[in-house]
Amino acid sequence: MNLLLILTLGIGVAAGVYLMLSRDLFRLVVGLAILGSLANMILFMGGRPGSLIAPVIEKGAEGLPAGFADPLPQALTLTAIVIGFALLAFALVLAARAARNGADPDRLRASEPKPHEAVKPPIEDW
Amino acid sequence: MNERLPLLTNAAGPLYWLLFLASLWVLFRGHNAPGGGFIGGLLAVAASSLLATVRGVAAARRRQWLAPVRLAAAGVVLALLSGLVAPLAGQPFLTHIWWGGLSTVLAFDLGVFLAVWGALTGYIYPLLEEEASPS
Amino acid sequence: MQVVLPLLIPLLTALLAALAMPRPRLQRGLGQLGGVALVLSALWLLQGVMAQGRLSVILGGWPAPFGIELAADPLSAVLVMAAALLALAVRVYSDDHGSSEPTRLPLEQGVVAAAIAITLAADLFNLYVWFELMLMGVLGLLALGGGQRAAEATLKYFALSLLGTLLMLAAIGLIYGATGHLNFTALSQAARDPAIAPALPLYVGLLLAALLLKAGAFPLFAWLPASYHTLPLPLLALIGGLLTKVAAYVLLRLLGDVFVLTPAALLEGLGWLALATMISGVLGAAYHWDLRRILAFHIVSQIGYLLLGIALATSAAASATAFFLLHNILVKANLFLIIGLMILAAGHHDLRRIGGLYPGSVLLALLFFVNAFALVGVPPTTGFWGKFLILREAFEQGRYLWGGVALGVGLLTLYSMSKIWLEGFWKAHPDPERLNTAAIPLGGWLAVSGLTLLIVLIGLYPEPAIRFIDAGSAGFWPASSGGRP
Repeated sequence: MNLLLILTLGIGVAAGVYLMLSRDLFRLVVGLAILGSLANMILFMGGRPGSLIAPVIEKGAEGLPAGFADPLPQALTLTAIVIGFALLAFALVLAARAARNGADPDRLRASEPKPHEAVKPPIEDW
Repeated sequence: MNERLPLLTNAAGPLYWLLFLASLWVLFRGHNAPGGGFIGGLLAVAASSLLATVRGVAAARRRQWLAPVRLAAAGVVLALLSGLVAPLAGQPFLTHIWWGGLSTVLAFDLGVFLAVWGALTGYIYPLLEEEASPS
Repeated sequence: MQVVLPLLIPLLTALLAALAMPRPRLQRGLGQLGGVALVLSALWLLQGVMAQGRLSVILGGWPAPFGIELAADPLSAVLVMAAALLALAVRVYSDDHGSSEPTRLPLEQGVVAAAIAITLAADLFNLYVWFELMLMGVLGLLALGGGQRAAEATLKYFALSLLGTLLMLAAIGLIYGATGHLNFTALSQAARDPAIAPALPLYVGLLLAALLLKAGAFPLFAWLPASYHTLPLPLLALIGGLLTKVAAYVLLRLLGDVFVLTPAALLEGLGWLALATMISGVLGAAYHWDLRRILAFHIVSQIGYLLLGIALATSAAASATAFFLLHNILVKANLFLIIGLMILAAGHHDLRRIGGLYPGSVLLALLFFVNAFALVGVPPTTGFWGKFLILREAFEQGRYLWGGVALGVGLLTLYSMSKIWLEGFWKAHPDPERLNTAAIPLGGWLAVSGLTLLIVLIGLYPEPAIRFIDAGSAGFWPASSGGRP
């Protein structure tokens, strides 16, 4: 189980980084999304997954059943997923807008014009 | 009106109400059982986005009392205010107070419901509108 | 309540302003009210911390290590005060700045709330959530500019910052897995446990990398000069004043107060990174002629000083770093506001297209002069005391190279500032018709002179602030009160 999770993490991070390094806006965003899910998975693994016993105190019981699943990382992961989702939606809209306006993903230089002189930076008129 | 999908177009009206009522049911059920504001809000988003896909974004917007961003803000304000009751009673912020079956938790959950509904429809509507009008 | 209020007020202001979006005048009033209320609540917090020491509240009234804790000690109280003053100044400054986007005030106040929440957070996960919210607010503000420039700058900022937050999230997951805690107090006890301590440096290092990216340290600062200059000016002051500084504060808090057994090699590396950050920032600034880009690069170089203070790792160094942080938030933001006024008066942001500001407005020249000297660190300004305290600590520890480089970087800062002075104020305006000092609105004057007055006062009479911060940082790096271990 642990080996499987670790392998998934390794392959996933490799895929995410590979996509992130690509010169395509959409792939960049997808890469970030993959890395995001893997970060969530690391967070989730912090709670040592494997237990199937719900962390609920039964009626009449004095405490939690032995070997209960840690509920905190699950709650944290859920929070992180929600936040990550909102950011991703924003990034997709942004990338779509940039691409529609004809962004050149190879360079993205609209905010960094080329210098006219060799030594001094360009004068930007905006 | 989407002419290619007559079945969906005709079912959208009743389906919208079904989904919306289900979202409210999940919201209130969340008090003592699985459910709550977040999941309820997501169901409401499903209802709104169904209507927006079938009848257009404008029709879906009309069913919400406020523009999405303002709806979300109203939700978070409600949630924060529910947490502010406790300091008035001398307890830490966000401590929830119960009066029999009623509690400030309910207001908090309702706030979460509105926030999720507003925020997500706020994302979905512009994307759908962009889809509808290719520039 | 004292601890929660400085976070709640900007949050409520942001939300109410979002509700009031269709009514600009109501929104404006809300912004002013919120700004003043925030400063008052920060004063209340400061007074409470002065009277009682560390204040803390656990949301929802849960027992100690389980609930989400917010805490204020002298360090965080001072930073909350600085952030509140800055937010008010930016509000006063932008009120006269013509009509603005309806979504701007909510986003702006959201960033302020997030920055304050980060300084008050005493819980790793809460920290992460507020960093994400701050990121969202800044992304919104960056994208507000519209157009291709803003979209591309936002994308660059987004990709790198998101990478930082993901690293942070992974590190938090690993730290939780190793210690079973998120609360700072509980973590600092767990970190001393010999059964846990050996595993921690790796995870803390990952967290450190994430925070260094957020702080804009070498070599991870590329996002900063690539995006900041597309922001409208008062917002640039707010974001340039708060964003990276907050990350530096968290570094100080985590290394000095929570994970105190950080291995010396990590701190040594941080020190060298600090030097590289200082030098690359100041050299970038020396190259540029665009006012906004010059100051954006100076943010990077000032972060170097903060990292140097953290790398020295004693309680005296922590106190010096915190004082420098206070100085830097105020002075940096004020300089951004001042160049905003310069751009308004002279009609361009490139030093080659402006000039003649000294005959145009002596007051503006004086304001710039004072703040530029404070940034460089000329006595008796706040910058002098901040740098003096850090450098004294460096020399006392025998770190002559580190101290020497920091002094040299100060000289290069002086070069940049004198470039602005000579080109912007002294030289004649190349196109005299565009010089119009009457274009500066009253709000701009008020905000800038108010902040300058405060900076001068702290510079002339730093004793109370230093003493207060000293009391707060006395517990930092407890093992190393007499120098490095």
